[in-house]
Amino acid sequence: MAFLRNNFRLLRAARTAGLAGCFVLGACLSYGQTTNSCLDCHSAMPDPLGVTQEKFSQDIHSQKGLTCTSCHGGDASSYDPTVSMGTKAGFKGKIDRKQVPQLCASCHSNPTYMKQYNPSLRTDQLDQYHTSMHGKRQAAGDTKAAVCVDCHSVHDIRPPSDPRSTVNPVNIATTCSRCHSDAAYMKPYGIPTDQFANYKTSVHYQAMMVRGDLSAPTCTTCHGNHGATPPGVDKVQNVCANCHVFQAQMYGKSSHFKAFQSLGLPGCVVCHSNHGIHQPSDAMLGTGPQGVCMRCHQPGDKCDLARVKIQSGLMKLDSSITNADQTLSVAEASGMDVSEARLAQTQARDELIKARVTIHTYQEALVDQDVQAGLKIAAKDEQAGKDAMVERNQRRIGLGICFLAIAIMLAGLWLFIRKIEH
Amino acid sequence: MSGDQYTPQGSTRRRAIEYFLGGGILATFASFLYPIIRYMVPPPVADLGVNEVVAGKVGDLKPNSGAIFRFGSSPGLLILSSDGTYQALSATCTHLGCTVQYRGDLHQVWCPCHNGIYGIDGRNISGPPPKPLTAYDVHLRGDEIVVTNKRGA
Amino acid sequence: MISAIYRWLDERLHLDDLIAPFRHKTVPVHRLTYWYFFGGITLFLFGVQVITGILLLLYYNAGANEAFESVQYIMTKVRYGWLIRSIHSWSANLMILTAFLHMFSVLFLKAYRKPREMTWISGMLLLFLVMGFGFSGYLLPWNTLAFFATKVGTAMVGQVPIVGQPMMVFLRGGPQVTGATLIRFFGFHVAVLPGLVGILIAVHLFMVQRLGMSVPPKIEAEWVENPSAKREMKFFPNFMLREMMAWYVAIGVLGALAAIFPWDLGVKADPFGSAPAGIKPEWYFLFMFQTLKLIPSKVWFVDGEVLGILGCGLAGLLWLLLPFFESEQPSRPKKWITGLGIFALMYVMGMSVYGFLAK
Repeated sequence: MAFLRNNFRLLRAARTAGLAGCFVLGACLSYGQTTNSCLDCHSAMPDPLGVTQEKFSQDIHSQKGLTCTSCHGGDASSYDPTVSMGTKAGFKGKIDRKQVPQLCASCHSNPTYMKQYNPSLRTDQLDQYHTSMHGKRQAAGDTKAAVCVDCHSVHDIRPPSDPRSTVNPVNIATTCSRCHSDAAYMKPYGIPTDQFANYKTSVHYQAMMVRGDLSAPTCTTCHGNHGATPPGVDKVQNVCANCHVFQAQMYGKSSHFKAFQSLGLPGCVVCHSNHGIHQPSDAMLGTGPQGVCMRCHQPGDKCDLARVKIQSGLMKLDSSITNADQTLSVAEASGMDVSEARLAQTQARDELIKARVTIHTYQEALVDQDVQAGLKIAAKDEQAGKDAMVERNQRRIGLGICFLAIAIMLAGLWLFIRKIEH
Repeated sequence: MSGDQYTPQGSTRRRAIEYFLGGGILATFASFLYPIIRYMVPPPVADLGVNEVVAGKVGDLKPNSGAIFRFGSSPGLLILSSDGTYQALSATCTHLGCTVQYRGDLHQVWCPCHNGIYGIDGRNISGPPPKPLTAYDVHLRGDEIVVTNKRGA
Repeated sequence: MISAIYRWLDERLHLDDLIAPFRHKTVPVHRLTYWYFFGGITLFLFGVQVITGILLLLYYNAGANEAFESVQYIMTKVRYGWLIRSIHSWSANLMILTAFLHMFSVLFLKAYRKPREMTWISGMLLLFLVMGFGFSGYLLPWNTLAFFATKVGTAMVGQVPIVGQPMMVFLRGGPQVTGATLIRFFGFHVAVLPGLVGILIAVHLFMVQRLGMSVPPKIEAEWVENPSAKREMKFFPNFMLREMMAWYVAIGVLGALAAIFPWDLGVKADPFGSAPAGIKPEWYFLFMFQTLKLIPSKVWFVDGEVLGILGCGLAGLLWLLLPFFESEQPSRPKKWITGLGIFALMYVMGMSVYGFLAK
């Protein structure tokens, strides 16, 4: 027992010694590093002046070895405020908003310097910024216009690839909305503040946030980032064409293109709107509340007739695909395998998607080509489903024949038993 | 036992029982054996084994062209590039699931729905596709082009 | 002509000697005689399984990449493949059902008493093996449901203390359910289990023929009181012909089920996919599954699952040895065994229904 207790005491002593060792080692290590006297005080300060080690360590600049003094000047090795924050050490204090772009650009516009960290990073942000609405306003002395830190944050600037970054694709819209959805803030500029609300209802937002497709467009995809500015009324289709190549090609050759140009109408946006672009539907070709054609066209004119034909063609294909799907589901539910027709159904759906793209030629004959191709496939699939149902009925007839044979056999057996047991 | 007595009624009854029994045995065996024998005759279509599919025969494809084949329950795309190598990809576009095709003029794989472009190796190059197409392994067995799932996939 | 062939064979093989016991064998006739048919129906359904199973082997392809497609091929491309596979699946389920009915009828008719203890044991072993057939065969189409049912089922084996883990690895052919598991299960299903079941069926039937049909004690007592009420029929051909009628009805039922409700194939298993919600085993494992679900995760200081599995194992063992608890006096059967039987039946049915309805 005593031996055990002694042993125990020994263990405890060893542990204490170990802990102490660690502590001393830690202290030595931190001494070995460059002292950062800034954080010692500022991490204890309230918010505008407060920056903790924890926060700053998230910053890409901190990770790449830059410190407080890289931007703010001063001498972080001294604990004497008059030295560390003295003019002699080049202390700049709070960076004025007007100076921010220049300060960031002092490194970011220097290709030689930036190459040391990320050779593929562009160095034209400041030039771009000067062309942007934000940059122009700022140059005109508007202190409310966004500068670098408004979007990129200040002491915890993360690279855009970090999902927590304010400029990561999934966060950009929220970042922009901090100012652009603030009606009071935007009041002097007389621009709408519903862009973010509209964008949230759009198919692009769905693609980004629900499907998680990071290549889906957000604010900067259309407006640019450092050179952020609206694309310009007559150039909208060029912006959309970056992704929607086909639609843009067709639209570019169509009668609408010239008409919209001469009327000064904003291309794609005329029908699809801008920030709140919803999933297009065949109803857009209709005359209902979602219909867009009749906003300009007259009922009964040549285009209205073509519209009716195009819409009915699309709806016909859509409904025949749905019908074929239903027939196949019924066949499947009764246990028939129609996987081959199911596979072909995807091709019919392809044709429908294609036809909906071809609408942008506004030529009834071209849309009809796709519709007919789809209808042919859907009809075949429908037939396959019906054939499966016929096959199912044949199985039941076969079963009936088998039942009859079994009934005869049972009758024979029963009569035979009666005979031998009489 | 009355059935064995040679009375006229007895013999007709006995014959009726024999007809029922004999007919029943024949009919039931026929109805059981017919499907079994039909089952044992191999069907004309070779099996659907999806890990391995014969996508075509050598010579079916001209260089710098592609063809769609069935890979299990989804379409696949077999490409014979201009340098004479075969490449097989899933033919389902990663954007909205249209069936892609090979475009000889572009030397690229192209989705007709939204103009998505993939490289010949399935990499998504431009347009809306968010992900590359799955690539399969291709070997030649005799004059058959055999496509299999990538090993370890 | 048949008699001529028989005579020719008899002259050489003395078949009459072999058949003689059957000719003398009788089946007691009373108000519960119809329960005697269930063993025969189970045997018949096993025969159907053997035949359709061999037919399925013509096209089935074991292997994680081929299994599902080969079953799909059987169902769609092979003529009457849908029928053969549907009958195999339905027959399997009906066989397990009739085997359970047979077991409970033997229990309630007290047919397990001396001298039939070994018949009971061989029958119980057959029941376990038949459930093994069900478990192993269920995986073979390699669809999602089967995959996860197997995952859960083998994981339960892994819960058994000490031997559990090695047994699970043996069953799975590795630490996870993979294509290797499929190959193993295929081997168990088409080679190991049929061999064992074949031998046990031979033993079981031999003992049934040797010992004759048991008469329930109650009816035995009535017959002792009133010997004129005692009736029997010849096993061959009278009972046999009736049994055949039952077989024909069974095959009619099978055909109807297969043609009207072809067995679903489901979706191909994806080992990396997530398990579908509300995954359940086949109905004949539901009562055990539900029991294990109801046991709290910690009972006292023992892990609930382990306790449940050990409990199930112990219950199975006791059930196997049930005849040895029965009194040897036919006039004074132990009432608690009947009570236990009723409880077990109610428990199995109740838990199965509960498991079926529960989410």
